[in-house]
Amino acid sequence: MNNDAIKDLILKMADDALVIGHRNSEWTGIGPIMEEDIAFSSMAQDKIGHAQALYQILHAESGMPEPDVLGFQRKESEFKSCQLVELPIGDYAFSLVRHFFFDHADATRYEMLTQSSFQPLANLAKKIKGELKYHTLHADVWVKKLGNGTEESKARMQSAVNETFPYALGIFEPSKYENELKADSVFAGEVELQKRWLDKITPLIEQAGLKLPNARQDDIKYGGRNGYHTEHLQPMLTEMNEVISTDYNTEW
Amino acid sequence: MVNVQHTQPVNPSGARNLVRRGEIPPVSRNDNAVVWVESVYKVLQQVMDPEIPVLSIVDLGMITDVKVDDALVTVKMIPTFTACPAIRHIKENIVSTLAANGIENALVVVDDSISWNSNRLTDNARVVLEKFGLGTPTKNCNDITPEMLEDAACPFCKSSNTTMNSMFGSTLCRSIHYCFDCKQKFERFKPVV
Repeated sequence: MNNDAIKDLILKMADDALVIGHRNSEWTGIGPIMEEDIAFSSMAQDKIGHAQALYQILHAESGMPEPDVLGFQRKESEFKSCQLVELPIGDYAFSLVRHFFFDHADATRYEMLTQSSFQPLANLAKKIKGELKYHTLHADVWVKKLGNGTEESKARMQSAVNETFPYALGIFEPSKYENELKADSVFAGEVELQKRWLDKITPLIEQAGLKLPNARQDDIKYGGRNGYHTEHLQPMLTEMNEVISTDYNTEW
Repeated sequence: MVNVQHTQPVNPSGARNLVRRGEIPPVSRNDNAVVWVESVYKVLQQVMDPEIPVLSIVDLGMITDVKVDDALVTVKMIPTFTACPAIRHIKENIVSTLAANGIENALVVVDDSISWNSNRLTDNARVVLEKFGLGTPTKNCNDITPEMLEDAACPFCKSSNTTMNSMFGSTLCRSIHYCFDCKQKFERFKPVV
């Protein structure tokens, strides 16, 4: 198996989880209703746990540094997360639509990875797949409710879909290791993932009375997987690392 | 490669000089090991889940294997959720509770090959959860459906005339519900597969 290819795959998944987890946590205390405050906080906890477990695989299997070092001591340009996850939380419609797009992609990715020939990842995928069921169900309930709600909720949801979709397609930015991952049966690849994702979300978006915009290839927000980020990631990392960066070697 | 060892033996240097006290029968031959394994499980029944302090980690289905050989008791466990913040705490509790019962040399490892799910709860766990005031998860579920989430019995009045308010609750394993009959909000230990 190609170790660089596996590292690249797991690192981008872990970074996605850490960054979206941090963004989700920004709803703690300010959710539009208490239940949503709890939901986004719970999902934040799940995501950060997933990131930790993925970094742990990199540490144990690929000789990379400890999870805390990987999560909190890398430069912005070393992050392989997609640009979708780093965008500020915006209004609730934006955060909800991002959550819907991202979690369906994430759940589908883990579903595919349950078949991975890389056993540590396959084992973790089986576990995480079950947890993500609650994330996708949560997103589906609210997307349908607000898409079919009032004129205002529908308009805000549609504009969030339009704004978010080009970034969501950026999740599937192909890596330079697609062929190796497929040949080694580690992962069936981003093209296949995007196809399965579209098959899942298209009917759900229709049931919500919403429309997916046409995205031209040029509109798709690629770059994150190669360390090119929007202006929003660095301030988030600075805030996230504010305490630990005062003394990296402190025992907590 | 599969089972990542997260915990070192408590007393590796003393591995051959175990002091075994209390009720646990001293056994050094493999053919008698079954007695030991049962004794270890009995002790593990005293280790409670920190978030539901009446529920033991055995009833919760967190223990996947116990092995006893000449020098070492190995306990394999799994977290309920990947993001469980209490794993280290539970591991320490296992070691200290076993030690308090005369089993001085225990190794606790996280078993990466098995995933926890709510079907692993024992029947006793369901009784304990209801007494504690938590609804119980659907039995033997293979997939989570929206209907299943709505289908929660009130732990107070046993009514099934309830609705789900939120699929996320005060801890990762709970959802929030409302009972139309006794007009109480309640939390449920939610089904997870």
